[in-house]
Amino acid sequence: MLALLIVHAVAAVLAVPLVRLLDRRAFALLALAPAATAVWAATRTGAVLDGRGPVEVVPWVPSLGAELAFRLDVLSWVLTLLVGGVGALVLLYCGSYFHRRDPGSARFAAVLVAFTGAMTGLVLADDLVQLYVFWELTTVFSYLLIGYDSARRTARRAAIQALVVTTFGGLAMLVGIVVLGQSAGTYRTSEVLADFPAGTGATVAVVLLLVGAVSKSALVPFHFWLPAAMAAPTPVSAYLHAAAMVKAGVYLVARFAPAAADLPAWQVVVLALGLATMLVGGYRSLRQHDLKLLLAHGTVSQLGFLVVLVGAGSRAAALAGIALLVAHATFKAALFLVVGVVDHQTGTRDLRELSGLGRRVPLLAVAGTVAAASMAGVPVTLGFVAKEAAYEAFLHDRPWVLAVLVAGSVLTAAYSARFVWGAFCRKPGVPDSTAPRPGAGLLAPPLVLAAATLLLGPLARSLDRPAALVAGQNAGLATDPGGELTHLAPWHGFSTVLLLTAVTLGLAAALFLLRAPVERAQARLPRVPGADEGYRRTVRAVDRVAVEVTGATQRGSLPVYLASILLVVVLVPGGALLWTRPWPADVVLADHPAQVLVGAVVVAAALLAVRARRRLRAVVLAGVTGYGVTLLFVLHAGPDLALTQALAETLTLVVFVLALRRLPPHFSRRPALSRRWVRIAIGVVVGLCTSGFALVASGARVAVPTSVDLPQWAYDYGGGRNVVNVTLVDVRAWDTMGEISVLLVAATGVASLVFRRRTGSIDRAVAAHHEPLTAAGRGPVRRGRWLPAESTVSPERRSVVFEVVTRLTFHAIVVLSLYLVFSGHNQPGGGFAGGLVAGLALLVRYLAGGRHEFNTAVPVSAGWLLGSGLFLSAGTGLAGILIGQDVLQTAIVHLDLPVLGHVKLVTSLFFDIGVYLLVVGLVVDIVRSLGAEVDRQVEEGDEPEEADEGPAGPTTELQEVSR
Amino acid sequence: MSPNLTLVLVSGVLVATGVALLLERTLTRVLVGIVLLGNGINVLFLVAGGRPGGAPILGVTRAEDMSDPLPQAMVLTAIVITLGMVAFILALAYRSWQLDGHDEVQDDVEDRRIVRRAELDETSASYDDDAREAP
Repeated sequence: MLALLIVHAVAAVLAVPLVRLLDRRAFALLALAPAATAVWAATRTGAVLDGRGPVEVVPWVPSLGAELAFRLDVLSWVLTLLVGGVGALVLLYCGSYFHRRDPGSARFAAVLVAFTGAMTGLVLADDLVQLYVFWELTTVFSYLLIGYDSARRTARRAAIQALVVTTFGGLAMLVGIVVLGQSAGTYRTSEVLADFPAGTGATVAVVLLLVGAVSKSALVPFHFWLPAAMAAPTPVSAYLHAAAMVKAGVYLVARFAPAAADLPAWQVVVLALGLATMLVGGYRSLRQHDLKLLLAHGTVSQLGFLVVLVGAGSRAAALAGIALLVAHATFKAALFLVVGVVDHQTGTRDLRELSGLGRRVPLLAVAGTVAAASMAGVPVTLGFVAKEAAYEAFLHDRPWVLAVLVAGSVLTAAYSARFVWGAFCRKPGVPDSTAPRPGAGLLAPPLVLAAATLLLGPLARSLDRPAALVAGQNAGLATDPGGELTHLAPWHGFSTVLLLTAVTLGLAAALFLLRAPVERAQARLPRVPGADEGYRRTVRAVDRVAVEVTGATQRGSLPVYLASILLVVVLVPGGALLWTRPWPADVVLADHPAQVLVGAVVVAAALLAVRARRRLRAVVLAGVTGYGVTLLFVLHAGPDLALTQALAETLTLVVFVLALRRLPPHFSRRPALSRRWVRIAIGVVVGLCTSGFALVASGARVAVPTSVDLPQWAYDYGGGRNVVNVTLVDVRAWDTMGEISVLLVAATGVASLVFRRRTGSIDRAVAAHHEPLTAAGRGPVRRGRWLPAESTVSPERRSVVFEVVTRLTFHAIVVLSLYLVFSGHNQPGGGFAGGLVAGLALLVRYLAGGRHEFNTAVPVSAGWLLGSGLFLSAGTGLAGILIGQDVLQTAIVHLDLPVLGHVKLVTSLFFDIGVYLLVVGLVVDIVRSLGAEVDRQVEEGDEPEEADEGPAGPTTELQEVSR
Repeated sequence: MSPNLTLVLVSGVLVATGVALLLERTLTRVLVGIVLLGNGINVLFLVAGGRPGGAPILGVTRAEDMSDPLPQAMVLTAIVITLGMVAFILALAYRSWQLDGHDEVQDDVEDRRIVRRAELDETSASYDDDAREAP
């Protein structure tokens, strides 16, 4: 059975190329998928009727109990035949319905085939969760099919309405499924039904399941989506909204009726909603002028009827229900297809504009009339057999139900007559139709379906056994009226039931003949605000609530958002401080006298930074705190930290200066003083909390720390003496991997922000390599000078001393950076520090010789460095898998090399080299963006309108810092 | 273990000044605030990381005399991340200046629009009122 679903999935995927290739002829090919389903089900008939239907369980995640379970029992068998058979016919019909080279038909075909697969899965699923998944898949596909004509507003809205309503029901159903599955201890449908849980939980679950069924099958109060969904192409209406999807709710009711029908809640929901729907649908159908809407409301009415029959819980009713299920699928699909032909040929579906179509296309009229007769319950059609059985079922059981059913059937028969009259009869004052005659491709599917609904009537005994088997599952629950076993038969003799049928048809005839006064009366009745009005109000209310909540929480102000986050820090963890007992009693002022001195400088610099009015002053003061913290690291015995912090701080400072050189020197004035005090107050409170956290956290260090064995492990497993470095490249390598990914993203972000010209293209690579070097006052790149491209900088910016020093030290610094990487495993250093050193060396080249000098020094793009760095790190990590270790696990290799002697090679070195490359890439990206590209923009005079300060080179800005 | 009062104080002041600047609207100030905040949190790690010992390098210090290496590794990560973040926000500030002539963070226009809709009791812009179109 899984194979059937795979066939559908493959067909859906192939549909687009097939339709592109064969145009609408491909529909016939695609029809093979549902046809195969129907044939497969037909070949299993014997086994199914003997109760030996195939069962298939595919384990998926055994530890979670997740599996794919399929089962073909009699009920599934009936529905599979319908879904497959009608699906194949509808797809064949589509082949003629769509115009040649319709641009939307490829997508349509794919979705329709996928829908067929989902529907097949739904009726075959023997697992509640699986049932839900297929259920929602049908919802999604139906959304796409209803909204097929997405340019039309009504189609879009109808699609969304159907989606919202059925998804709402679906979610309720999911809750019900979970409750049911948990209380039953299994999600296998057949097992849940065999041993149905009792109690309030089960009742709630059943009601929630019914909510799903009621919304899917468009019962009151969700009946409004189905007529609106008629915006879909007619084949979709014929299939989804007559034969298949809306039957899902009926299927669910039929599936659970044997187990749950004796619950009072079930009876109330099923009978009340079903009967109300039957009447409402029939009543509304009588006033429609659009043939398709007439059928849609009729479908709503019939769905109510069906739910009453299959859900009533008695054997006789279920028998009638299965008969009606088959009958409805055949006649209603036929009728929709007929309407499709009418629409296709005449261009209208309005019964006031149609006249004489019956004479023009007699075969179509035959199909339509036979199907309508079956819908009305005219002997000896299948519709008649089903209706007889339905009357019979409630004759002795619940007569009030019977009364409503008769009333509903009168309405049904009346709108059936209205349909035939409206579609085919000649009407006075309306010109006879001269529409072109439809081809065989359009006529055959409705004729086949009409023939089925006609012939299955006399052959009703063939349906008797499967229907009885389904109905038999209800046998144990409800009393069978009269004790005798009813059977489906075309003729039961002259009985009360036949009399009722005669009364029904008579009243319907009267209603049809009096259609003019009836229509007038209906028009005069005031329009009660219906369920669709309720839906509108609900959607509007939800929208309003969303707007209010969004408006209240999303103020759009960054300071407000940040302040909210910080206040939570103050309130929750900060509040917890108040309950902390005991606070650490013995505090020391400092571990080292120098700490106090450095601390005082840091505090002063931080306070001054808040007061600073000039950008550079603030930045430099922040830098002072950074260097101060570096010293604190030194005093706290963190050589790696101090090294990295010092390097990063230097780089940060230069980067700041590079970026800020074009911004106004002063911060813009902000007059709101009160806000300033609020900010400071929040800062003070958060600072106090931080100090509190620091006290409590260090006071709480009473247990043995997890890192106590880290040094030994670092040496034994990581192969290094520098514990911090081994931690980075081995113990917490995943963490480092994430970090360098962040760096890569940040670097790319920097480049795309600065390089993004107003034309919108990112062309840093182009800018780096192809920029002409022939600006006025600058010469080309020459070898053999202190710096190859120094002459590209204008003379007033050049500094010979700087150039000479750069030339002399550059290579030494690069070698130092490499040394830091290679020795970092055993001594302070590592990829981060090494990369920063190399980056600083390159930065100096840029500062001394300008951007062309920088491009000479780094002839590759930053992206290449970043990418290869990440690739190397990730590759090293994955290499662990290849040699049978964990991801990122370190291997230690001992080698004896000719010159170097004994070498202990640790694989995490390559990881660190990746980090090195990535950090260099970051610096290159920053220099290319905030340095070189900004230079270029300065030279080109690329200024914003309100710029209040002229461009200045990095050197002048640095001079300003020193002032 | 006895907390180091100097570090506790430094950490608190750095965080306080950092937050005060973070809540500004000028991106450069926000950025300086982030740098201060980052430094403050790094010091917090230092305090929470226990007493200072020797450098966590075998062969230099005996394992039991070492400073706790784990917080150090975390701080090292934080330092480099802060560097990347500084560069990114600077680029953001530069871009903002390039487009608008200043680096102030403005209120989000779409958010303000929604706030206005909420004040006027209106529906959202995407709400499709089907009552307007009679069926």
